[in-house]
Amino acid sequence: MTETNIDAALAEELHRIAPDIALDDIDRTQDLREEFDIDSMDFLTLVTALGKRFDLDMPEADYPKMQSYDALLAYLRSKMA
Amino acid sequence: MSAFLMPSLGADMEAGTLVEQLMSPGDNVRRGDVIAAVETQKGVIEIEVFEDGVLEDWLVDPGTKVPVGTPLAMIRSAANSAADPDTPEPEAPQPHDPKPASVPREDPAPHDPAPKGPGPEVPAPEGPFPEIPMPEDRARSEVKPIQSRPRISPAARRLAAQTGVDLSRLAPGAARPITRSDIAAMAKPKPEAQSDMRAAIAAAMSRSKREIPHYYLSHTVDLTKAEAFITAENATRAPDERLLLGVLYLKALARAVKKVPEMNGTFEEGHFHQSEAVHAGLAIALRSGGLVAPALFDTDRQNLDDLMTSMRDLIARVRAGRYRARELSDATITLTSLGDRGVDQLYGVIYPPQVAIVGVGTPALRPWVEGKKVVPRLTATLTLAADHRVSDGRRGALFLSAIAKHLQDPETL
Repeated sequence: MTETNIDAALAEELHRIAPDIALDDIDRTQDLREEFDIDSMDFLTLVTALGKRFDLDMPEADYPKMQSYDALLAYLRSKMA
Repeated sequence: MSAFLMPSLGADMEAGTLVEQLMSPGDNVRRGDVIAAVETQKGVIEIEVFEDGVLEDWLVDPGTKVPVGTPLAMIRSAANSAADPDTPEPEAPQPHDPKPASVPREDPAPHDPAPKGPGPEVPAPEGPFPEIPMPEDRARSEVKPIQSRPRISPAARRLAAQTGVDLSRLAPGAARPITRSDIAAMAKPKPEAQSDMRAAIAAAMSRSKREIPHYYLSHTVDLTKAEAFITAENATRAPDERLLLGVLYLKALARAVKKVPEMNGTFEEGHFHQSEAVHAGLAIALRSGGLVAPALFDTDRQNLDDLMTSMRDLIARVRAGRYRARELSDATITLTSLGDRGVDQLYGVIYPPQVAIVGVGTPALRPWVEGKKVVPRLTATLTLAADHRVSDGRRGALFLSAIAKHLQDPETL
């Protein structure tokens, strides 16, 4: 999977959860959950969707590596590389 | 034969719009089947049928707003499914046709009963006849009477009444009858869902503050063990099987209710009805604004995995704006949790006719005295708002302590 595809997939899953927030309007380096106004259930839904889509475990222990949009993207890229 | 009625989905609901007919005439229906979707101030609610039988016919068109209690469909019950000659002809309710008989207010002169001039001061009626607004639908009374009636289908007229389209703007001599789609094209965009939701919340909370003598308690709970339990469980679980702290709150609350049962039930018509079943309502915020607190049924009887599955399913459906009627009407107590990005504590407002609401503030590492040392522990503030007509602070305190105690033994929940 190319990096562009990962990027698009992440954007799509986030849109599904937070359709009212445009990717262009957020700070990609800041706290993902605050930027998208998502709670712990939404975050779990996101992790579940990404895990299924990319066939990844997305362990809870790795959650600290998924704290911002950019961090989550980098995490996914590193796992898919 | 029995009529399937527009249900009341909460004390604040006066009318609903039938938005989907999910079964067709002739279909077999079973108790619990979702037969229709109804739009209310709180979103789209799926409506279940209460008996086995055959759907005979729909009485209300999709898109029609009708008062609570209006027959929506006729159902031939399974018990007497043979042709039933005594069946009363179901009369299609037409409560929403504007009354053409109402006299136009614009033309009061011929009948003006209060001639101006000297005379005893009698409050004069504003119009020739006092207009009696129909309480079930304010929107209709705002529709101006039709001066010369255009040809218009009943469905179109109803839609006009609901959407506030002024029929007098329509050319009376149009070549063809005015249809529903003509009206839809003229209708102003609906007011934002948020304002409807806000109105629903305001109505329920005003009633709560007016009728329920709240008392409030708070208690700090150590969540260190609870969180360690969740972390350990989740370490070996795939994302779709992971738990959240919220299920422990729910389960601990359901257990504590067994000890202090007067927190669980409804207060109606001057009496408290204690509920055997524990259907915890879970306050869920909506992205569009506002919140709802639909029930997780039999919270006490579900294990943590089942409860987590129920909670995921419920939240997903609420986020999609779609839930079931029973979920809105049948909660017996409410839990509201600020999650992990909130503030220290919240004091809930009881959702009538329930009698208690438990709040959980945001857990954080805070100083805690253990033995003679101060240690950092993950703590949260539990709060209780309860109904003084049913219980008092002593019982409320016992209840909050019981929740905190159960959270110290997460593996037993």
